[in-house]
Amino acid sequence: MSYNKVLIIIILMGGFAFNVSAQDITKGKKIYETRCLVCHQADGGGVPNMNAPLDGASNVVGTDIARLVRIIKKGYSERVALDGFYYSNAMTANPDLKDADIANLLSYIRTSWSNKASTITAAQVKAAGSKK
Amino acid sequence: MKNVKIFLALVFAAINIVSNAQNNAGLKLPAGFKASLFADTIGSARHIAITSNGVVFAKLMYPNKAGKSIIRLEDKNNDGVADKISGWGKYGGTGIFVKGKSLYATSNTGVFLYQLNDQDEVVDPLGPKTIVEGLIDRNQHESKSITLDGQGNIYVNIGAYSNACQEKDRMPGSKGMMPCPVLDSAGGIWKFDSQKENQVYGDGIRYATGLRNVVGLDWNTQTNSLFVTQHGRDQLSSFYPKLYTADQNAELPAETMYEMKQGDNAGWPYVYFDPYQKKKIVSPEYGGDGIKEGGENALDPIAFFPAHMAPNALLFYTGNQFPEKYKNGAFIAFHGSWNRAPLPQEGYFVAFVPFKNGKPNGEWEIFANGFSGLTGDEKVKNPRNAKARPCGLAQGPDGSLYVSDDNKGAIFKISYAK
Repeated sequence: MSYNKVLIIIILMGGFAFNVSAQDITKGKKIYETRCLVCHQADGGGVPNMNAPLDGASNVVGTDIARLVRIIKKGYSERVALDGFYYSNAMTANPDLKDADIANLLSYIRTSWSNKASTITAAQVKAAGSKK
Repeated sequence: MKNVKIFLALVFAAINIVSNAQNNAGLKLPAGFKASLFADTIGSARHIAITSNGVVFAKLMYPNKAGKSIIRLEDKNNDGVADKISGWGKYGGTGIFVKGKSLYATSNTGVFLYQLNDQDEVVDPLGPKTIVEGLIDRNQHESKSITLDGQGNIYVNIGAYSNACQEKDRMPGSKGMMPCPVLDSAGGIWKFDSQKENQVYGDGIRYATGLRNVVGLDWNTQTNSLFVTQHGRDQLSSFYPKLYTADQNAELPAETMYEMKQGDNAGWPYVYFDPYQKKKIVSPEYGGDGIKEGGENALDPIAFFPAHMAPNALLFYTGNQFPEKYKNGAFIAFHGSWNRAPLPQEGYFVAFVPFKNGKPNGEWEIFANGFSGLTGDEKVKNPRNAKARPCGLAQGPDGSLYVSDDNKGAIFKISYAK
């Protein structure tokens, strides 16, 4: 194999790897709109006493990524306390979302409205998913 | 300088009071009606009840900042604004009902009875009688609304701990359970003795079934029967995108009102009511396709309303203050929707349904609007932007209508000035 060919392959692989790890906020937004918006609302504000807000929520912009991944995948049926309020509606599970989808979704949620947290990679979602 | 400041503060306070009276506490009302802000920020005021002396009691969803969950409000100088406010109780809940000197309040699992004295002050704030206990609270439709029939019975709503009785609640593609086991202990109205202590499920009877979640209910003294308003199901389009568009989801199913006699069934979870076809349609979890009819043994609603508006209180008006057309008609407090998103939300108002001989007589109309605090005809886009959400209704001894809000805890008093 010539030096040039190896270089091209390395560049292509690099580009491929970049595409996989780059968080696609637009794709995350699309998932949000089809699955999450009806309850959590367009402004991420949730519904008082029922559906928890995502905008400005300490858990959402926090560091416990495993918890966020678990809630998205498995849903949530307990009354949840968040920033001094309680929310009682059951959350739908999303077992069909892939790690990359969840990464895009979380990246959208964590950087939207007033949220300015870090984006999340598929590798982080995978690692979080293996933690129980 | 200090005096000037005090003077200015007084002037502003006076302007506030005058503008509050002039703008009807921000409400839009039919001609001849006026409103005052009877109370504000008392905590998440769910249902309210008023004694024959005009003392108002509000049940809070959670204890307020002072740690109280039942609030007593009195307007001693009779200016339309409560000037003596106190409270007790540490448990959250929705239901409250007063009959003579008996005050009933509910947690999410039971019903308690307090005794009032001649001044309508609570005698036993720490030691109420437990009337019913051990009712199901599974964090969904957990509030227990109550009404009495004047014949010694209390009716308690026990909401379904499920959206559509799927094997896995709110899971796309999960089938509806047949028969729906939720209906054994929830999804209906239970009837208990209003005096007997420490009753559990076995002491009561399932008076009516097939009701997903009733928050508004009232005993109609003209027909001598129970009327309820049901919250219809959610998520038709998010779970069945091939059968329903988001636009259809926003309009389906109708919110419904039923007159319920003992043994009646309103059809949940097997059917829902479609306001366009005006038919009971089989739920998609039970093999429905949006067209197939079902519920042959279930009641049709006696009135229906746009989807998801959340009828949280029902009150038959028996006063003499309002014009004749309101007599024996039904007021409904619509808490306001959230599940119409991405479309604009609806509700956040008090509606009126005219009645004649115990049956709806003519179209429903918006009676009081403007609770959301938005200007003009602007609709609520996101529920958290609504300033107030109507949740409870009660009639004062002078025939005024009181409306409670469970967002910040306002109570509005609406009166008719000839």
